[in-house]
Amino acid sequence: MEAVPAMTLLAVLYAGGEWLARRRFPGTFYPVLLAAVFLLPAPAAALVALPGALLSPVEQRPAWLRRVWRAAELVVAVWAAGRVFRALGGRDAVEASDVPYALGPAAGAVLAFCAVLTVLDGGILVVAERVPVRRAWRGLLLRSLAPVGVHGLAGLMMAVLWRSPYGPLAALLVLLPMGVSWWAFAQYHRERGAHQATIRALVQAVDIKDEYTRGHSERVGQASMMIARELGMDDERVEVLRFAGILHDVGKLGVPTRLLRKDGPLTPEERRVIELHPEYGHEMVRGISFLGEARAAVLHHHERLDGSGYPYGLVGSQIPESARVVAVADAFDAMTSTRSYSRARPVAVALEELERCAGRQFDPVMVAALVRVVRRSGWDPVVTADGVPSRRVPSPAPVSGRAGAHR
Amino acid sequence: MKRGRALPLIHGSAALLALFSLGATLWTGVEQRGIALAFGALVALGELTRWHGPQVREAAPLGAAGALSYALLGEDAGRATTHGVAQVISVVLAASLVGCVPHIARGRGGVFDHLARRVLTVGFAAVCFQPLYNHGTFADWSGPAYALLLIALLALTALCDAVLAAALAHSRTGWPFGPLLRDELRGMPGIGSAVGATGAVMALGVAVVGLWALPVFCLPLLLTQVSLRRYAAVRTTYRQTIASLARATEIAGYTPAGHARRVAALSRAVGRDLGLSEPELTVLEYAALMHDIGQLSLVDPVPAGATAGLPGAEQRRIALLGGAVVRQTGVDAEVAVVVERQADPYPEQPPAARIVRAVNAYDEKVRDAGPGGPLTALEELRLGTAGDYAPEVVEALARVLSREGLTLPSAG
Repeated sequence: MEAVPAMTLLAVLYAGGEWLARRRFPGTFYPVLLAAVFLLPAPAAALVALPGALLSPVEQRPAWLRRVWRAAELVVAVWAAGRVFRALGGRDAVEASDVPYALGPAAGAVLAFCAVLTVLDGGILVVAERVPVRRAWRGLLLRSLAPVGVHGLAGLMMAVLWRSPYGPLAALLVLLPMGVSWWAFAQYHRERGAHQATIRALVQAVDIKDEYTRGHSERVGQASMMIARELGMDDERVEVLRFAGILHDVGKLGVPTRLLRKDGPLTPEERRVIELHPEYGHEMVRGISFLGEARAAVLHHHERLDGSGYPYGLVGSQIPESARVVAVADAFDAMTSTRSYSRARPVAVALEELERCAGRQFDPVMVAALVRVVRRSGWDPVVTADGVPSRRVPSPAPVSGRAGAHR
Repeated sequence: MKRGRALPLIHGSAALLALFSLGATLWTGVEQRGIALAFGALVALGELTRWHGPQVREAAPLGAAGALSYALLGEDAGRATTHGVAQVISVVLAASLVGCVPHIARGRGGVFDHLARRVLTVGFAAVCFQPLYNHGTFADWSGPAYALLLIALLALTALCDAVLAAALAHSRTGWPFGPLLRDELRGMPGIGSAVGATGAVMALGVAVVGLWALPVFCLPLLLTQVSLRRYAAVRTTYRQTIASLARATEIAGYTPAGHARRVAALSRAVGRDLGLSEPELTVLEYAALMHDIGQLSLVDPVPAGATAGLPGAEQRRIALLGGAVVRQTGVDAEVAVVVERQADPYPEQPPAARIVRAVNAYDEKVRDAGPGGPLTALEELRLGTAGDYAPEVVEALARVLSREGLTLPSAG
């Protein structure tokens, strides 16, 4: 019975915290739960989780069913952690403020907490969402151990200070740095979202000028990503190559709108002006440090393996790998979508054409990767920026017979 | 506080305090060496992990928290501590110096300001606490009251630190002291409160469980530091992306090279002179960077991108187009509002839009003029204040320009 005030206070704290952090990341206030594990008998600690979990935010329907499941899951996990902590003798250590000893039981409790949550999370994925058994549990435990471990340390400090003469007030101070940390994390996600939207806007600015190629940039991004993944590059590089594909034509902003929108064949002079766009694009993106090798791809995506490309006429391996990837993706999408000067070709025909030009114009490794991945999983790009359907114009005479020799 | 007098005052008093403490400590010797060593190591570690960059309020949160907790440490696992003010300052100074060595070796500046601030802040906390504690004043205070006392002391110390930081920034940059102090105070609930709370928790934690509390409580604060660092990093890349987006109009040949960057830098300086807060300055800077973006929607460029000379209706049309583009970029909606309203008559404009309008006109006017350009341009703006340009903005612009010697800031 003497646990009731502490239990009530912790439950209110947890519920208040989860409510404040709503729509963001559930589990932010685990330090409170873990402090309850270290302070209270297991059943009382389990009750602490209940109101907060029932109030917690749910994005998908049915909301109440999900809330009840989440509450049940947390109650079981907290209870199990409490039992483990007590069995290992942690409660006496907390009473005696014996921190080095209490670290062991606390680690056990954290492990139990994570293990129970992992088993239940994976289990519900398998049963209710029909996720394959192999995928359901992959990485779930390892991903949660580190953050919950840090939360556990904070919870342990809370518990020790709570039992000390300084009382609950001192314990609550522990939550401040955790709160700031959560705030910074939420801001980070918000800012990252805004950043991605800005990059998309950079691309849309091209679309304003060049209406025929709407959606082209994102599709090239997708194809570049598929090639990079097929070549076994790590996730970070795959992401950079996606940006490379998305931004490859950003230099078209520097080409007069009249030229980009011109129907019919171009004079050699006009062609030269359009061929400046890789350099314009590089000039724009070179200040964005996180783009890394994507910047080289923007500059060199019109180079050809035999040295007949532009702007520098690089040969073979002089061309950066990222540019070779984007060149293939660019040509592929140019052939499979309708342009003002040519009608869309079927995917199979486009792949054959790419294979024909591999070695002279394109890197055979990239072409082979694209052929493999498209034959295996198809080509069905999802384009988010595809707002207005593009203006279809009957194609005038082809500008050039060479594959991917688009503007 | 006059610019130029604050800097020697702060550095001088910090150096005096440091010398006096070192002398006193050498004279009496170090008490309770184990505790001194543990806290020294913590402070040094905090300084080593200190990070550099703009927009960083507390560069070494762990170092600050460790130093404060040593200043407010009364007990170690139930036994009273005996160290005095001089020892606190000496240990913190020595540890900070050790931790600063790699930073100095890499040639990073700002070390002296940082050290002076640390010494004075810690000195303030220690002077408030240690003599009274060692005298036995708090002996019969109850636990929670003692905890409250520490919190109150930390709040006072944070205030003192904010004043110091603002004074240092004021004397380094010449920006007005009031808004700088307001920015420092506004930033306190963030990392400042985390540092203060960690300092209190470490002091209390060591009092209860001994030195074990230090490593255990390092980790949550390190986590905070990592989160804040990631946040700062993403803000930096975001800024770069917006600057690139702004250059689109230059590359497209709509505006002359460097125009957006110059307008942004000058707008920021004017905004600071007018006392805008840091978030407002960010909105102003982004809006200034993107103020010409509406021209991308034009099929043919305006001659030399000089919108200030166009008829009012045309200016407003381009401004509205720009606002529409900015809205698509997912940037703060306030930025879009500023871009949209940049061509309105100034009494109807938000302050940031007034600044963008006046600075944009100044940059366009000054460009074609010869050596007397800045003065002529300012004169034209002053004459135009009746309807187009807000008088207080033009005056602030004149102040900023006279401070910078009537040249345009070169970097963005």
